[in-house]
Amino acid sequence: MANKTDYKNIWVYIETECGQAKPVGHELLNPARKLADEKQCQLIAVVIGKDVEEVAKTAISYGADSAILVDGPEYEYYTTDAFAGAMEQLIGKYKPETVIIGATNNGRDMGPRVSCNLKTGLTADCTDLAIDEETGNIAWTRPTFGGNLMATIMCPDHRPQMGTVRPGVFKKGAFDEGKTGEIVKEDIHIAESDIRTKLIERVKEVAEAVNLEEAEIIITGGRGVGSAEGFKTLQELADELDATVGCSRAVVDAGWMPHAYQVGQSGKTVAPKLYIACGVSGAIQHVAGMSGSDYIVAINKDEDAPIFDVADFGIVGNLFEVLPVLTEQIKKQRA
Amino acid sequence: MNILVCIKQVPDTNEIKIDPVTHTLVRKGVPSIVNPFDTYALEVGVRLKEQLGGKVVVISMGPEQAKEALKTCLSVGADDAYLISDRKFGGSDTLATSYILSSAVKAVEEKEGLKFDLILCGKQAVDGDTAQVGPEMAEHLDLPQITYALDIVYEDDKIQVKRECDDGYDMITTTLPAVVTVVKLPYEPRYATIRTKMAAKKKEIPTLTFDDLKTDEAYCGLGGSPTKVKGTYTPNREKNGVKLNGVEANDAGAQLAEWLQTNKIL
Ligand SMILES: Cc1cc2nc3c(=O)[nH]c(=O)nc-3n(C[C@H](O)[C@H](O)[C@H](O)COP(=O)(O)OP(=O)(O)OC[C@H]3O[C@@H](n4cnc5c(N)ncnc54)[C@H](O)[C@@H]3O)c2cc1C
Ligand SMILES: Cc1cc2nc3c(=O)[nH]c(=O)nc-3n(C[C@H](O)[C@H](O)[C@H](O)COP(=O)(O)OP(=O)(O)OC[C@H]3O[C@@H](n4cnc5c(N)ncnc54)[C@H](O)[C@@H]3O)c2cc1C
Repeated sequence: MANKTDYKNIWVYIETECGQAKPVGHELLNPARKLADEKQCQLIAVVIGKDVEEVAKTAISYGADSAILVDGPEYEYYTTDAFAGAMEQLIGKYKPETVIIGATNNGRDMGPRVSCNLKTGLTADCTDLAIDEETGNIAWTRPTFGGNLMATIMCPDHRPQMGTVRPGVFKKGAFDEGKTGEIVKEDIHIAESDIRTKLIERVKEVAEAVNLEEAEIIITGGRGVGSAEGFKTLQELADELDATVGCSRAVVDAGWMPHAYQVGQSGKTVAPKLYIACGVSGAIQHVAGMSGSDYIVAINKDEDAPIFDVADFGIVGNLFEVLPVLTEQIKKQRA
Repeated sequence: MNILVCIKQVPDTNEIKIDPVTHTLVRKGVPSIVNPFDTYALEVGVRLKEQLGGKVVVISMGPEQAKEALKTCLSVGADDAYLISDRKFGGSDTLATSYILSSAVKAVEEKEGLKFDLILCGKQAVDGDTAQVGPEMAEHLDLPQITYALDIVYEDDKIQVKRECDDGYDMITTTLPAVVTVVKLPYEPRYATIRTKMAAKKKEIPTLTFDDLKTDEAYCGLGGSPTKVKGTYTPNREKNGVKLNGVEANDAGAQLAEWLQTNKIL
């Protein structure tokens, strides 16, 4: 077991690919900033990638005190061996007390590899972070049993304490362009022969990048939309509101929309300003991914649908009758 | 190709209900199933074996009851099954679970007199939901890993894996042995027949205990687990919102538009 007092500061891992940061890293700097202030320690952004010095600067603007940068051609695309290898070396050298990683597919691939290498604990796919008053440990909160049960997990005796946190749960903090901080470059390279997996092809199945997590307004269709065609009615409202269209898993299973648009436990977690659920029954696995929205509107034919329990405004009715009226009314308001 | 598939017996989370009074999970009467993602891992494993020869062995860590899940696997293509069970293993977090399972890999290799070329896991268990056991096993065994697999094909001593990403997929290759965690497949797992069920029933499932694995007790069970579950609660997301029932669509749509405007949501 590690000597706990050797471990200091909070790290947020900023995931990059092809030189670009994934939004979740910047989101996590916001709650992590509050934790660091409460603990009176440094918040450090860790950036690994190719040509990513700009990303490190951006992380400082989003609230990090400083950044650690690992830059090299082997980090252009994610591989487990290169990224976990670099991370292990960094943690070994700097001994952070807490490491927070975005729970993307790559984050959840790298996180356990690193925590296992360091023989420490990793809390999976968290949706809330706090400091335990009594012990000063991070209290990580996460959904289990498909969103039916929330659990608070701690890692009392091992360091660093590590966790992956779901994208879309936290909003980005204010961006301060003038904020400065030190960027420490670490010359870590992983030999090609030590990278045991090779990316041979990347296939994009979704025409444009779907950015549900960043959307201010989401209009979601469920099985009640009835067909891929039926989504046109949602799209018309979305065009008017500059909103993004999402869907339930039933829709993905039916092949009407790709998985990238799915909201919920096994899809995206979102917290937009406005979430309009149309023909969605409100299964717990769906609600787990959208209950953090500021305002929830539900339109459903079935007055007993559980989606109404979480809605701020509900309409019992046919979505194909209500939505066009809403679109027209909003057009009028704006005219 | 010799393949090991790790399977977990889980409660069917679709059937889980919350007790309205105590707000706790009602597990009584909830059927136990093989973790759905693990059934995909087994199916792709059995298909690779049918194509290339070799053996498919399934292991599960859990109580005696988990033998039921192993029997199900034997009825849909697994050749042999082992239960990993000991009171010393109870309360393990993912670090301890993956440590015990990787020690079991070596013990099973000795028992079977073979080496595994491929270790398959499901992407995640639908109860614990961490998705950490697979990558942690890979780390314990010092093997390459590919997570979120949508398909696995074998070619020239290598595997090619279709890996799920945000907006499509990656094709990734690696040498063997390797660990792969499976999300889904382009095909559904096979069903058991009466004949395969009978054969599975007759098959003996050996249990490997703490003494059979060369594990260090300090890294097993609750005591060997760095993470601790400090508390659980069932989320309450209910709101007391406006609900229009029996209002004609024209009127309802107009009221919604007005509500959005007065609350400055748009
Ligand atoms: C491990 C696990 C993970 C899961 N992950 C997710 C996830 O990430 N996301 C997710 O969404 N689900 C997920 N699910 C599935 C979830 O349990 C539900 O099956 C799913 O959300 C149902 O989708 P739905 O609401 O679109 O369909 P349904 O439940 O079939 O509901 C359709 C609704 O549409 C209404 N309707 C029909 N016609 C109309 C109309 N013309 N106008 C208005 N209303 C109409 C009906 O009254 C009904 O309420 C998961 C399940 C499991 C077991
Ligand atoms: C409420 C709650 C929250 C928890 N949170 C955490 C946490 O954040 N971090 C943590 O480290 N532990 C946590 N645990 C402990 C964790 O659930 C157990 O260690 C569990 O045995 C393995 O984790 P999992 O179910 O998430 O499996 P996953 O890692 O999701 O399983 C992935 C795959 O590994 C294989 N596998 C998993 N378990 C077994 C098994 N017993 N036998 C054979 N194959 C298996 C299967 O192929 C499975 O599909 C938590 C436990 C509870 C009750």
